[in-house]
Amino acid sequence: MTDYFCASGLRRAHRLVLGALVALACSGAWADENPRDPYEGFNRSMFAVNEVIDKYAAKPVAQVYDNVAPLPVKASAGNFFGNVGDLWVGVNSALQGKFGDAGVDLGRLLINSTVGIFGLFDVASELGLERHDEDFGQTLAVWGVDGGGYLYWPVIGPRNVRDTVGFAVGTYADPVMYVRPVSVRNSMAALRFVDVRASLLPSDKVVEEAALDKYAYIRDAYLQRRRNQIFDGRPPRLDD
Amino acid sequence: MMKKLIALFFAGFVASAAFAQEAPDVLVKRVTDDVLEIIRKDRDIQNGDTHKVIDLVDKKVLPHFNFTHMTALALGKDWRKATPQQQQQLTAEFKILLVRTYANALTGYKNQRVVYKPLKMAPTDTDVLVRTEVLQPGSKPVQLDYGLEKLESGWKVYDVVVAGISLVTNYRDQFAQEVRNGGVDGLIASVSAKNKSLEANSKK
Repeated sequence: MTDYFCASGLRRAHRLVLGALVALACSGAWADENPRDPYEGFNRSMFAVNEVIDKYAAKPVAQVYDNVAPLPVKASAGNFFGNVGDLWVGVNSALQGKFGDAGVDLGRLLINSTVGIFGLFDVASELGLERHDEDFGQTLAVWGVDGGGYLYWPVIGPRNVRDTVGFAVGTYADPVMYVRPVSVRNSMAALRFVDVRASLLPSDKVVEEAALDKYAYIRDAYLQRRRNQIFDGRPPRLDD
Repeated sequence: MMKKLIALFFAGFVASAAFAQEAPDVLVKRVTDDVLEIIRKDRDIQNGDTHKVIDLVDKKVLPHFNFTHMTALALGKDWRKATPQQQQQLTAEFKILLVRTYANALTGYKNQRVVYKPLKMAPTDTDVLVRTEVLQPGSKPVQLDYGLEKLESGWKVYDVVVAGISLVTNYRDQFAQEVRNGGVDGLIASVSAKNKSLEANSKK
């Protein structure tokens, strides 16, 4: 969900992730264990932490942004970061053997960076070059890497072990992380984070009102959504 | 007079027969366009009047949904263990919750445009997935798919899938947990309590 957390604390975040994984391996099993969620105890505490961070920091900022910024500005911000992300999308399309898609991704990047004025306008979509949804976590899945257990991280949200690795690798391939000076890089990363959070505002009410257990609702939605992405929107049917 | 009545009766019959045979993708498009058109013109709904949306969904969308199938799908293997009466009660409560969820999902997005994907289906198919996409400026398109089955009364929706997330089967683990804790009756009570608290909140 919050794919693009700012990178200033990234190294620290990586160390934190590692430490938490070790802690997980040592911690005891959650009572009444769900095979889809072996670290449920740990995850539920992290979820509680994140709810507080979201309620008092991330969500209010995103709401202000959503209310203040006019639609063209929001659309341009979304397009700009989408364009920046298309490079890594293209690399992942290629790594998954989808070379036609990779060509489209590269074409999008070229068109939107030039005709689309540094990516502020998504001209490529208007021309019928559809944006793809790829990341390194999906690439690992296509390569046959097992998902590992489900994890809930503060700030970056739900990710299984495979997607956590995918996310860590993805941050190294993120052009925004190489922007200098650092202050500009941080502002861009922060704006992207707010933009992503703001785009999730409409689903807040849906989840809030639909869920009997918000934690479980988000977990199962994450698991379904990732499966759908890995199969590019055409997952094989599960038997009921 | 009699002639007119017969003509009217016949016209109604033909219309309803045509309606029952409406292809699933045509049905989805007609209902979606209809509902979006109303939402676009209604200021109250745009300003978050949940009751008005629920009324709209009740009138326009519900006749095309098969809630019994939806509830069975959400409950999974526990469905067969429930008595017919429990099945009925749970369906009634789950229907209220789903309508609200769907209404929230419909009104949360502004400036959206829906694109309908071509449907590949054989004339003998009785279970299809109609694919649509919601486009919003600056965002990735959101996949919105409907699972439909053919019944005698026409095609009925039994699953709504947003971005790969089935609004129905996403309840499976939560329902199973409730059943483990308090049986099917416990689950019915939980969903009912949830509906009551949402209703109380929206009246404030």
